[in-house]
Amino acid sequence: MDAVSASEISEYRRQEQSITLGPLEADLGAPGAGIDEPHEELMTLNMGPHHPATHGVLRLLVALEGEVVRDLRPVVGYVHTGIEKTAEDKSYWKVIPVIERMDYLAYYFNAQAFCGAVETLLGLEVPKRAQYLRVIHLELNRIMSHLVWLGTSALDLGAISMFWYCFRERETILDLFEMSSGQRMHTRYIQVGGVIEDIPAGFADQLARFVARMPSRADEYGAILNRNEIVIQRLRDVCPLDAQTLLGLGVTGPLLRAAGHPWDLRKAAPYSSYEDFEFNIPVGSRGDNYDRYAVRLAEIYQSTRIIEQALAGLPEGPYITDDRKVALPPRHELATSMEALIHHFKLVTEGFRVPPGEVYYPIESPRGELGCFVRSDGSSKPARVHMRDPSFVNLQALRAMTKDAYIADLVATLAMLDPILGGIDR
Amino acid sequence: MEVTRQRLDAPGAGGQDLRVRQLRARELLRGDLSDEDLERYVQERVLTTTLDKAVAWARSNALFPATFGLACCAIEMMSIVGARVDVARFGFEAFRASPRQADLLVLSGRVSIKMAPIVRRIYDQMLEPKWAIAMGACSSSTGVFNNYAIVAADKFMPVDVHVPGCPPRPEALMHGILKLRKMIQDDPDLGWRERYQARGTEEFVPADPGTPAAAPGAHPAAVNVARPGDTAGA
Amino acid sequence: MPDATGLELIAQALREEDPDSVLDTAHFRERATLIISATAVRWTLARLRERGYGFLSSVHGVDYYPEQPRLGVHYELLDMRAVDRLTVKLRVHTEDPVVESVTPDWPTADFQEREIFDMFGVRFEGHPDLRRIHMPEDYEGHPQRRDFPIGGEPVLFTHNDPQSPGWTQ
Repeated sequence: MDAVSASEISEYRRQEQSITLGPLEADLGAPGAGIDEPHEELMTLNMGPHHPATHGVLRLLVALEGEVVRDLRPVVGYVHTGIEKTAEDKSYWKVIPVIERMDYLAYYFNAQAFCGAVETLLGLEVPKRAQYLRVIHLELNRIMSHLVWLGTSALDLGAISMFWYCFRERETILDLFEMSSGQRMHTRYIQVGGVIEDIPAGFADQLARFVARMPSRADEYGAILNRNEIVIQRLRDVCPLDAQTLLGLGVTGPLLRAAGHPWDLRKAAPYSSYEDFEFNIPVGSRGDNYDRYAVRLAEIYQSTRIIEQALAGLPEGPYITDDRKVALPPRHELATSMEALIHHFKLVTEGFRVPPGEVYYPIESPRGELGCFVRSDGSSKPARVHMRDPSFVNLQALRAMTKDAYIADLVATLAMLDPILGGIDR
Repeated sequence: MEVTRQRLDAPGAGGQDLRVRQLRARELLRGDLSDEDLERYVQERVLTTTLDKAVAWARSNALFPATFGLACCAIEMMSIVGARVDVARFGFEAFRASPRQADLLVLSGRVSIKMAPIVRRIYDQMLEPKWAIAMGACSSSTGVFNNYAIVAADKFMPVDVHVPGCPPRPEALMHGILKLRKMIQDDPDLGWRERYQARGTEEFVPADPGTPAAAPGAHPAAVNVARPGDTAGA
Repeated sequence: MPDATGLELIAQALREEDPDSVLDTAHFRERATLIISATAVRWTLARLRERGYGFLSSVHGVDYYPEQPRLGVHYELLDMRAVDRLTVKLRVHTEDPVVESVTPDWPTADFQEREIFDMFGVRFEGHPDLRRIHMPEDYEGHPQRRDFPIGGEPVLFTHNDPQSPGWTQ
C-alpha cells in the first residue's frame, strides 16, 4: 500500500473532501418548502403509512437535500379509531376495554389513567393491596413495552437477533399477565376501585422467578448493544435535542430524561403507592439517541426493583374497593344477600353513576406523561374522555430532532422516539 | 316487531334466489348437475392435475407475508415471529416490506377510513396469486369499535381467512395461517375476488406504451394501472 | 395543586391587570381551575408562565352540549419546580368558535390545537398550519361534537336483513 503524504493527496481525494453538507447558503424558503411546493434543491420523500421503518402507520413527508433532512412533516390519522367518541357511548366500566386499546403497548397504563380519573371524580379510596397489585402490573407492562421497543428498534438498526431475545422475555411477562387476568394483551385487569381479581396461587412464585432473572437478561442486552461499534456510531451524538426545546414542545418521559431533565411523575407526584418504593430515575447527559436508548434500558432495571419491593411488601386485604355501589360484589354473596344481587344487577346493566365534574389525571407511562381527562355529567356514561397521549406530543419533537441529519439518522431517531401510533391517532 | 311472511317460490326480492339456490344445492348433493354447472363445481373444488397440486403445495409452503402491522394485532403478529410460536417452522418468516414481493397480506389491526384506500392500493400492488388474512376482530368486522372511523376489511377487499380475537393469540393466528395454507393447497376459488374486482389490478409496465391495448388484463376499475398517455416514470 | 386560597390569589392578580380575563375559579377534588374569557387566553398563559407554570401538558377540547356556550378548550399547566398543576378553561359558541392560538408561545400546542379543530371545529387564529390531523383532509363534520352521530353499522338481525348491503349474495 503506497503511503501518501498529507501534502500530496490525489485529485480524487481532494474533490471528495471538498464536498461538505453544511447548511445551504441559499434560502430554503418558508417552512414547507420542498413539501408543499417543489423546490430546486429539495426532494420530497414520502415515507408512507406502509413502511417497514415507521413504527406503525406513520406517514412522514421529508424534504431532502441529498441525504440530509431539511424539513419533516408527519401525517397521522391512519389508525384513528374514534376511541374517545366510542367511550362516551359506554358505561364507565365498559370504557376500560375501549380505552386500553389506545396506546396498545401500555394497556395497563391507559386503564390506570382512566380509572384514576374516575376514582378521583367519585372520591373513591383504592385499597392498599389493589394499589400494590396495580404497581406490579404497571411496572411489568413498562418492562414489556421497553422490551418491544428495544427489539423493534434494534431490528431497525440491523441488530436483528435482539428481536428474538426481547420477545422471549416478553413472552414470560405475557404469561404472568395471562396468569393474573386470563388475557395476554388488553387485560381489563385494572378496574375502577381496584383490580378485577386477586392474583392466583403461583403468581407470586413465578413473578419472583422472573424478577430474579430479569436483571441478568437486561445485562445480556446491554452486553450486545452498549459497546457495539455500529450502535455507537449510529446513536452516539446523533440528533440531540436540549431539554429546554423539549420542554417547549411538551415532551416528557425517557426523551426528556435523556436530555438531563429528571422529571418522572412517579417521583414528583406519586400515585398508587409509588412513594412506598425506592427506585432511581435514569437520566442521560447529552440527549442524543444513545442516551435515549440507555435511559430506557436502565429503566428496565429500576422497574424490576419496584416489582421486587412491591411483591415483598404486598399487603393483605381486599383487591377492590368495598363500595358496592361501584365495584361488583363477590360472587358468593349473590346467593345470600339481596342487596348484593341488586347492586350486581344495577352495576352490570346500567353501571355506576359518577357525580358531575371534570378531572385530569396524569401518570407516567413508558413514553411520558399519560393524562386522562374525564368529564362526567352525573349519568352512568362519561360525557368526555380524552387521553393526553405522550406519543402524540412527542412526535412534534421529531422535526426539531432530525433537522440537518441524514435520513438514516431519521430512521434511528424515529426508533428512539418510541412512537405508538395507536396513542397518536386514538 | 313486525313479521312478514313471504312465499319462497313467489317472484319477488329474495324469494326466487333462495329457492333456486336450495334446488341447486339439492341437485349437487344428488349428483344431478349438468355439464356446465358440474364443470364449474369441479373446478371450484377439485384440482385436476398433479402439476396443479404440486404448484399449489409449493405456493402454500412458501408464503411471504407483507409487513403490514396496523395496531395492537401487529404486536401479536410480531409474536409469531418470536421464538415461542415460531412461524419459521413453516417457512413464513420472510416478511417482505414491498407488496410486490409479498403474497400474503395480514391485516393486523383496525382499518381506519383514512387508511382503507391505502390498504386497497397495497393489496392491488401485490401480484397474483395473493391472499389476505383479516387478523383480529377490528379488521374482520370493526371489532370493539363500531363507529364512524373504522371500516371492516372485507368491505373493500377480498379476505380469505378471518382470525377472531382481540388480539388473537399468536397460536390462533398461526392456526389461521395454517388454515389458509390448507385452503391454498385445495385451491378453492369461491368467486369472492370477482365481487371485489380484485383480479388484474396489479400495475405492470405495458409492453409497448404506444398501443391502445397496452395493459392487457387490467380491469377498467383498477386505480393504479399505467395506461398509455400517463407520464413516464409514474 | 394550588389550594383554594392560592388559586384566589392568582385569579385576583390576573383580574387586577385585566378585569375581563378571569371569569370564574373552581376548586374541585384538590384541583384548581381558572375559567377565562376566550379572548384572553394567550395573555393569561403568558402571565401564568411568569408565575412559574412553564409546562403546557395538554390542550384538549370538550363539547358541553346542551349547555351553552358549547365548546370548551382546556389548557393543563404544570409548574415543574413546585409540582403544581393548574387548569385554564374557556368556552366558545359553535356559531363563532374562534380562539387565539397559543402555538407561537407554546410549541407543544401545535398538534393538539389541530386535533381540537379537527374534532370540534374550533378555529385557532395564528396557528401556523391549521388542518385536520386525524380525519381525512376532505372530511366534513366535526366528529367529537356531541350531536355528531357515533356512526358504525347496525348489527344484522332477521328484522333488518332487507337493509343489509347484501355482501354475502
